Amino acid sequence: MKIAVCIKRVPDTEMRFAIAGDGKSLDQAGLKYDISDFDGYAVEVALRLTEKDGGEVAVICLGPDGVQETIRKAFSMGAARGVQLKADTVPFDGSAIAHALAAELRDGGYDLILFGRQSADAGNGTVGPMTAHLLGLPCVTAISHLELADGRGTAHRELEGSAESVEFPIPAVLTIDEGIARPRLPSLKGIMAAKKKTIDVRPAQLGEERLTVQSMALPPERAAGRIVGEGPDAVPELVRLLKTEAKVL
Amino acid sequence: MATAAATSQFTGVDFLDIDSLLAEEERAIRDTVRAWVDENLIPVIGEAYVEGKFPKQLIPGMAELGLFGANLPEEYGCAGLNNVAYGLIMQELERGDSGIRSFASVQGALVMYPIYAFGSEEQKQRWLPALATGKEIGCFGLTEPDYGSNPGGMITTARETKEGWVLNGTKMWITNGSQATVSIIWAKTGDVKDTKSIRGFIVPTDAKGYTAKDQKGKLSLRASDTSEIHLQDVHLPKDAVLPKSGGIKSPLMCLTQARYGIAWGAMGAAMACYDEALRYGQSRIMFDKPIAATQIQQVRLVDMLTEITKAQFMTLQLGRLKDAGTMTPEQVSLCKRNNVNMATECAREARRLLGANGILAEYHAMRHMANLESVYTYEGTHDMHSLIVGQKITGLGAFS
Repeated sequence: MKIAVCIKRVPDTEMRFAIAGDGKSLDQAGLKYDISDFDGYAVEVALRLTEKDGGEVAVICLGPDGVQETIRKAFSMGAARGVQLKADTVPFDGSAIAHALAAELRDGGYDLILFGRQSADAGNGTVGPMTAHLLGLPCVTAISHLELADGRGTAHRELEGSAESVEFPIPAVLTIDEGIARPRLPSLKGIMAAKKKTIDVRPAQLGEERLTVQSMALPPERAAGRIVGEGPDAVPELVRLLKTEAKVL
Repeated sequence: MATAAATSQFTGVDFLDIDSLLAEEERAIRDTVRAWVDENLIPVIGEAYVEGKFPKQLIPGMAELGLFGANLPEEYGCAGLNNVAYGLIMQELERGDSGIRSFASVQGALVMYPIYAFGSEEQKQRWLPALATGKEIGCFGLTEPDYGSNPGGMITTARETKEGWVLNGTKMWITNGSQATVSIIWAKTGDVKDTKSIRGFIVPTDAKGYTAKDQKGKLSLRASDTSEIHLQDVHLPKDAVLPKSGGIKSPLMCLTQARYGIAWGAMGAAMACYDEALRYGQSRIMFDKPIAATQIQQVRLVDMLTEITKAQFMTLQLGRLKDAGTMTPEQVSLCKRNNVNMATECAREARRLLGANGILAEYHAMRHMANLESVYTYEGTHDMHSLIVGQKITGLGAFS
């Protein structure tokens, strides 16, 4: 089985962010980067499938040369091949990215093309379905469980209050939800071996960018909590506020 | 600028962008061990410490990552890392707990290293892959009840016979002693005054006459096993001796390896304490404001950060020298002495900043504080390292 996993390099979400002077982007000073969370799950799913049934995992990452570190992280987990689609910046418009990915993937002969459900930074969740559309492949999004047999797959999706099971033919595009397979920590030997693997670098054939970010702001500071009283005497007032103010009862 | 600590996750202490001096794989290795420590070690360490038990269940995970003897060559099943990456591993392990770092130090620097450095090819093939995968657990028997800072005075003996060797003696303060399957024992093969006759032996701990018992009542390194070892007419085959070992220099070479790891490890403990103090200071409200908004706590935090930052540069340079093959034992002494003392001070200040909460096992500072008193004392006491560096710069020995 030949599997491609499209991964994104995003600012490490453990950091506290600041907005740059242009008011439209993140201040890059002191930022650290890592593979987007959901993409890590997708790499893990791909590795488990090929470890079970044989095959090869290739990772594809679009962006400046810094993304090579993210590709090597996937190498250190066990991915065999890596492609950097070189671009100075990663567009906000998922359609522009999907065109570049589709151009790379079209003749790759992949049985499965995996994405994370959405990126940890932009969070649009559009690139996977758009790439599937451009390739004319079926697409199942946000899957939490996967089974493959006889050229067909069954994917489970967990929805608000229910779950559904979707059958699809291979090849297909799948976007992976968290919880399906916790990404492994790369071993030290894996990290050293990753240094020796080569990354294919090609210019990204980006599509037209039709969306631009107008402004970016940090979420408002959360107001401090309010203590309405102590002990049983405070319960009536608490219930009243939960009904009238918070409107959760 | 982006700053750390948006979440509860430890994101490192790096005020002067030391990361930019590290290679990509060095950072990747550190981050992997950091994640492993957060997921596996931090959640269990408080309880293990209170119960006084080494968390054995962590050994397979540590082995799988490749933490044991990680700077030894790949041909023996090790990761073949450089010494800076190895140091960063020790830093992250000790951010969790000095006892766990001690376990890894002993396995790698005090058991695998002497077999690698002084062993025959057969011994290396037999033991190194098994120690790297944690199938065998090792300990290092040098210190004796009456010979700590002066190991050359040891009275454990190895007498050569027709069949092999017979060992007699007592070793004390032996980390991993009671769980080890193999022990590197140092003994005199000649006269008890002849330090040149000291040689290393690979001793399976199931050998007849070999007994180890836990030293009880420790108030420090409680999540680590410390044992006393008795050797009573332990018969060993001829090939039990490490052929290239000879003289007190051999075990001291091992200690240089371990002390190098300790210099890095102590920084991890200091970072854990600083990080905990910073978070606590930002969230603990007293007199209607976070205590970190008071001048006295800011001075505490800045002093810690400054000392950690100085140690980071010093220790990274030590690592680069080790990788270049020019590092001297005295340079290791300088860093071990400084970093462990620095970490002990950080732990104490962090514990004080935490107020009453600081005495609970739920927080880390007091555990680190108690641990570091052992680290201050073992592998060459702080005072001995003062004298080693003192001898180097003055040319005058103050201890022998």
